[in-house]
Amino acid sequence: MTNSTLVIRGGLIVGPLESFVGDVLIADGRIVEVGPGITAPSGAVEIDAAGCWVGPGFVDLHTHLREPGKESAETIETGAFAAALGGYSAVVAMPNTEPALDSVAMVGYVLERGKSAAVDVAVAGAITVGRQGSQMAPIAKLAALGVRLFTDDGNGVQDAGLMRRALTYAQPLGVTLAQHCEDESLAQGGSMHEGASSSKLGLTGRPAIAEELMVMRDIELVRLTGCSMHFLHLSTERSIALVIEARAQGLPVTCEVAPHHLTLDETACETFDPEFKVHPPLRTASDVAALRAALRAGAIDAVATDHAPHTPESKDMAFDEAPPGMLGLEQAAGLTLEALGGAGADPQVFFNVLSRGPARVAQLREQDVRVGHSAHGGAVTVGEDANLVVFDPNASYVVDRDSLASRARNTPYHGRTIHGRARATVVRGRLIQLEGIIQ
Amino acid sequence: MIDSIAGGNLVSLATLSQRAIVEVLDTAESFVEVNSRAVKKVPALKGKVIASLFFEESTRTRLSFETAAKRLSADVLSLAVASSSVKKGESLRDTINTIDALGIDAVVMRHSSSGAPVQVSRYVPHVRVINAGDGQHQHPTQGLLDAFTVRQVLAARAGTSGRESGSELFAGLKVLIVGDIRHSRVARSDIEVYTRLGAHVTVAAPGTLLPSDIAQWPVTVATNFDEALATADVVGLLRLQKERGSGAFVPSLGEFTSTYGLTARRAKLLRPEAIIMHPGPMNRGVEIDSQVADSSAAVIEQQVRNGVPVRMAVLYLTTAGATLESDPND
Repeated sequence: MTNSTLVIRGGLIVGPLESFVGDVLIADGRIVEVGPGITAPSGAVEIDAAGCWVGPGFVDLHTHLREPGKESAETIETGAFAAALGGYSAVVAMPNTEPALDSVAMVGYVLERGKSAAVDVAVAGAITVGRQGSQMAPIAKLAALGVRLFTDDGNGVQDAGLMRRALTYAQPLGVTLAQHCEDESLAQGGSMHEGASSSKLGLTGRPAIAEELMVMRDIELVRLTGCSMHFLHLSTERSIALVIEARAQGLPVTCEVAPHHLTLDETACETFDPEFKVHPPLRTASDVAALRAALRAGAIDAVATDHAPHTPESKDMAFDEAPPGMLGLEQAAGLTLEALGGAGADPQVFFNVLSRGPARVAQLREQDVRVGHSAHGGAVTVGEDANLVVFDPNASYVVDRDSLASRARNTPYHGRTIHGRARATVVRGRLIQLEGIIQ
Repeated sequence: MIDSIAGGNLVSLATLSQRAIVEVLDTAESFVEVNSRAVKKVPALKGKVIASLFFEESTRTRLSFETAAKRLSADVLSLAVASSSVKKGESLRDTINTIDALGIDAVVMRHSSSGAPVQVSRYVPHVRVINAGDGQHQHPTQGLLDAFTVRQVLAARAGTSGRESGSELFAGLKVLIVGDIRHSRVARSDIEVYTRLGAHVTVAAPGTLLPSDIAQWPVTVATNFDEALATADVVGLLRLQKERGSGAFVPSLGEFTSTYGLTARRAKLLRPEAIIMHPGPMNRGVEIDSQVADSSAAVIEQQVRNGVPVRMAVLYLTTAGATLESDPND
């Protein structure tokens, strides 16, 4: 199948500058022709894209694939299937596996396993050994392997002195440190947003200030060190405002928001259903509105899923005992469309936050033979690697947790109608998903 | 708002209307008499099986509930889950499904995690769930027995019965709740029940022991504890968990006592008819002085005594699915 020929017919081709209706011809892993009324060679697979948006495959900056260590929740293979169904052509695997991806051996293991996955798998390395927040991981060695993002995600690096040293060390390597911003002394082991709901429910809260204070701290550390920094899953209005201000000052900072922070608020936790437990927590309705406004205004670099599979038994614990996190890959694009205003949303912004922005942050715009991934988030033009998605903004479906590709079932959207779905996903010129079915 | 717990669950007082609360209090009043009989038993729940599921140990509440269940002739399965399944890492769903498989009509559960009874009510929708205290969320029967006790005292003074008075005696009543509001399930249930019955609730505590959004609660925050004491009709004290006083929320237990403890000196500020309450177990010398706890103004033992008829009422209403119109004493 790798060398098959595909024609994507009659979709709205969404380029970075302009959009137009046309066909895309793909052969040998590359886009070979773009335009109206392409004559396809015999034997070419035709994909009807009428009414759909055709653009670069989505790139997820924030995927927990759980392998190695928690294969009962997800594997690289099943996580990649979920990504393909969601319209992704590449994902960045987070390093909070067991053991953590903090060594050449562990990173090499995931990269190697990723080569046979349905989508390209890039790896984020840990900033500290075992994500323990005390000793720097071999950042230079991992950078030499092709790792471009480093994070202790799951935890923020609590020690400001250590974070400063890590940024200083990383800066000349041309890599980006990504922070899970939550100051644990303020988050106090809480299990939801600190506010009216937590107070009523008697659940310990993780206040907005726990996130915002670390965003402030790290912006100042970026100013001091000059190292580029990516802020993971920002969830409050103030956090976004801080990053926008820092960017305006010319600091090398980027940020992402998660689909759940764009579509759910703290009141969802009033059911005490652990499916709604996530770190950082679901915030207030006004935070949700502020995040949506920033997204529409183009102030957010990426929507990133924080796809966090957990086994049913671990989510059947009491709310404060259950692990945080929820699935994201299969619904993220539809939820992003909703946050952008539905089918009438600007398709350029849509592809900017789901593909071009995250590809830039993860440095996946160029092919990298060392890690074996192709180029993502590019233009739909001749010569580009054929990593594409055909997205139907008018398709709708009801989420059923029992029919997900992910091995886990912990979606907070079970029963919700989602508008917008990836009709087809093409990775390296190969049709890997069509109409919700892995090819 | 729910207008009756008959045939339903009792997981929180936040959703109960005044009518539902008064129904429990009135039902409890009819059970007080049973507890003074030579044979303290009625057949109201004969043939029903009630599981007593305490994930967090509490001898007082467990005994109160089990006594109530036995006086209604229910069969009680008392399971010491705190020491078995949880330590083996069993999920809440598996634990309740296992117990449900034994054949139960209702479960009385206490859990150290807020919301666990709400989750259980989803896992086994055919079983009645009675919350005996969950984390820092709710302790509904404590709130109900506190209100029952206040009504009983005020009705006796007024020469009437609680049942005749309904909620009248609470109108404009000044209730002062003191101490660790932030971490207290009792405070959350008490505030719900008193405000729903028409009382005015004031809270007094150091800032660290108040919820961060206290301004949104239907209560007044006392700026001067001594002044609040001087005008209170009811003073409800809360147990201060010792670990909260180790510098985390207040500098020391001693400092808490000197600023918010009901000391003998402060008790002198109270009006003579003020009622002093405590859900127990007390930290004598911390939130309350011994001589205050043992004074005639304190109704702490009466609260414990009332726990049984109030819990009988809750079990009867939820599990028999019947209301007072059908005579529970038949």
